[in-house]
Amino acid sequence: MIDADFPSLLAAASQLAPARSQMAFTLGFHIVLASLGVGFPALMLIANYLGLRRKDPVALELAQRWSKVAAVTFAVGAVTGTLLSFEFGLLWPEFTDRFGEVFGVLFTIEGIFFFLEAIFLTIYIFGWKRLSGWAHFWTGIPVAICGIGGACSVVAVNSWMNQPQGFTLGANGAVTDVDPIKVIFNPAVPYEVPHMILAAYLVTCFLVASVYAVGMLRGRRDRHHRLGLLIPLTVGCLLAPVQFGVGDTAARAIAKDQPVKFAAMECVQTTATHVPEYIFGRCTKDGVKGGIGIPGFDSFLVGFSTDTKVIGLDTVPPEDRPPANTMLHWAFDIMVGIGSALIALGLWFGFVWWRRRDIPQTKWFLRAIAISGVATAVAMECGWIVTEVGRQPWIVYEVMRTEDAVTSASGVWVTFVLVLLLYTVLGVATIQVLRSMARRWREGDELDSVPYGPSGSSE
Amino acid sequence: MSTADAVAGVLWVGVTLYAVFGGADFGAGFWSLLAGGSERGRRARALIDWAIGPVWESNHVWLIFVLVVLWTAFSAAFAAIFSTLFIPLSLAALGIVFRGSGFAFHHLAPSARDRRVSQLLFGLSSLLTPFFMGTVVGAIASGRVPIGNAEGDPVTSWVNAASLLTGALFVATGAYLASVFLVSDSRRAGDADLERYFTTRALAAAGATGGLALAGILVFRADARFIFDGLVGEALPLVIASAVCGLGVLALLQRGAQRGARVLAVGAVAAVVAGWGVAQYPYLLPKALTISAGAADPASLTAVLIVFGVAVLLVIPSLGLLYVLTQRSMLEEEGEAS
Repeated sequence: MIDADFPSLLAAASQLAPARSQMAFTLGFHIVLASLGVGFPALMLIANYLGLRRKDPVALELAQRWSKVAAVTFAVGAVTGTLLSFEFGLLWPEFTDRFGEVFGVLFTIEGIFFFLEAIFLTIYIFGWKRLSGWAHFWTGIPVAICGIGGACSVVAVNSWMNQPQGFTLGANGAVTDVDPIKVIFNPAVPYEVPHMILAAYLVTCFLVASVYAVGMLRGRRDRHHRLGLLIPLTVGCLLAPVQFGVGDTAARAIAKDQPVKFAAMECVQTTATHVPEYIFGRCTKDGVKGGIGIPGFDSFLVGFSTDTKVIGLDTVPPEDRPPANTMLHWAFDIMVGIGSALIALGLWFGFVWWRRRDIPQTKWFLRAIAISGVATAVAMECGWIVTEVGRQPWIVYEVMRTEDAVTSASGVWVTFVLVLLLYTVLGVATIQVLRSMARRWREGDELDSVPYGPSGSSE
Repeated sequence: MSTADAVAGVLWVGVTLYAVFGGADFGAGFWSLLAGGSERGRRARALIDWAIGPVWESNHVWLIFVLVVLWTAFSAAFAAIFSTLFIPLSLAALGIVFRGSGFAFHHLAPSARDRRVSQLLFGLSSLLTPFFMGTVVGAIASGRVPIGNAEGDPVTSWVNAASLLTGALFVATGAYLASVFLVSDSRRAGDADLERYFTTRALAAAGATGGLALAGILVFRADARFIFDGLVGEALPLVIASAVCGLGVLALLQRGAQRGARVLAVGAVAAVVAGWGVAQYPYLLPKALTISAGAADPASLTAVLIVFGVAVLLVIPSLGLLYVLTQRSMLEEEGEAS
């Protein structure tokens, strides 16, 4: 018996590293496209609304171009998302076998949203020429709503993996008594879902704003660039402080719900009160080396008092602790740091706008915006590292270990390498395609692209 | 009928819709691949782009629907299929990525060479993806997927006569559906040359599909007796209905009839998919796992049915709107000279 099981155990162990790498890589890639899928429709509709309301051809032109960009990122996001759904079986068959019936209902809901999003985005993108202005605008509204709805459903699955409930485990480990309502409204939903939706909007807003900031730095200071910068920047700067508050709430909730994850994020080795907060530094068994320490501040952040007790990693045996503590700690600090910088950028913009009804004239402001797009995406990726690596060694927190979820099929190293190559090409190609679209627009190749035919345009 | 049977029915509705609409989109890519050099194939490809551009993304969602319902309602079958058939399903997934991005980029890529490469990738993956999906279906139908984590043979489970033939049948069926649809689309575009062009191809594809289907029945008789018995037993009326529909399409195409061919072609494919389901009933994985043994917790099954009900109320009218707008040529890409 033992002899027969040994090779399969060995095989399972050897698939874990490539399976985790492939999952992390494909999810990390998809999440940027998914964020654009959630956030872009809103920007496009704001521009469309302004264009129709103020009879502003520049705003309409922006809306039309953004919808074409959204079409490309949505198409690539649809297929990278499909690969992820295959990976539930290709990489984690044991996880899906046992818990598919629990978390699956959230994906069926997501399926409806995705369907409606795909349908109405198509109608919107292909409807510029023949539909009337306001009718066309309204076909875009379901796209924005379904983008948020779909993201809610998917992130709720991740929340459930962090805070599993709504089922009973039988003696043989089989799942019984599924309660879909408890699954859907699991305790991590109220903080994880809004945190991710806001992240998606922030990534979209600052990425789009950064494109126009680069254009302005290159001397293109026309109304097109100004409006293209102002719309996403305004939305992004308004949402950044909200995100900070939601994130702060999430961190406190994690300190309560998943104390080991929190301990790993903050490198808290032993449970104590008056725990200092370290910014960066290197995590060791004896505490943080290097870094900037603020006495008692970690306790204060968790419970608004330095007397608050913070759970340490020593409360669980070493095999139940997340790996790569220093990386987790840095990922968390980088995310918070970039989030704070975005708020500072918003204050700068807000102050100057309040005084002069204009964007700050210095090139440093545009340079800051130019890097804010990539920085925001980095912050979001760091957030995913914190939540995913921080949950390890569990795939379902304190219920199922990741190593028990992986496929026994050999060959995951091969698919990982293939996916790595394919996605590298795909990422480069997507950026090249978007850049060449922008170049063609600048050169005025598409003179016939007047929205809403002869009646809707004022040109 | 139990709740699990009802959910299996919902799953089958999804499989049928994906086979018809997703299959036709794959077939359109197949014709795009075979349309010839960049100058010679230009007109056929322009029609294909115009026809599937607005609908392929929505049609693709049926695949997601099938996967999600399968893993929610029949988790054990999902895990068994995806672990044993790791190779063809990985290849199909990569094919889907190539195909979607190839199609999205083939108009927009910066240089003419990049556009040709995207076009080629779109065509090739439109050929290979349904082939690998077909081998998966062949492996399931011929009882080569045991329960458990990669318990079946990673190679012979899908490299065998029944699976390879099903793969070829998938490609042919898609090409057949696509050519019949494209005949109508040519007419809608007012292009009599292309109408003749695709009619010829539809007749050829119909012949190839019919031949492969007959060969399939013989292979299944030798290799997958359980399914064969079902197909000539309870499912026989459906198999006959499919054949009648297929012959009807041939007759209509030859007479150049204006309507009816599309409906009959869809009917032929839907009847075969239904026949497969009836032949396999009550098994999810023939002889290894029944619908009732593989079914999820009753609450999960009920939830899937409720969500499906909502989907019918919301998605079907929306899809209807999309198809109507497309068929009335209300959805046009900007600046596209046709």
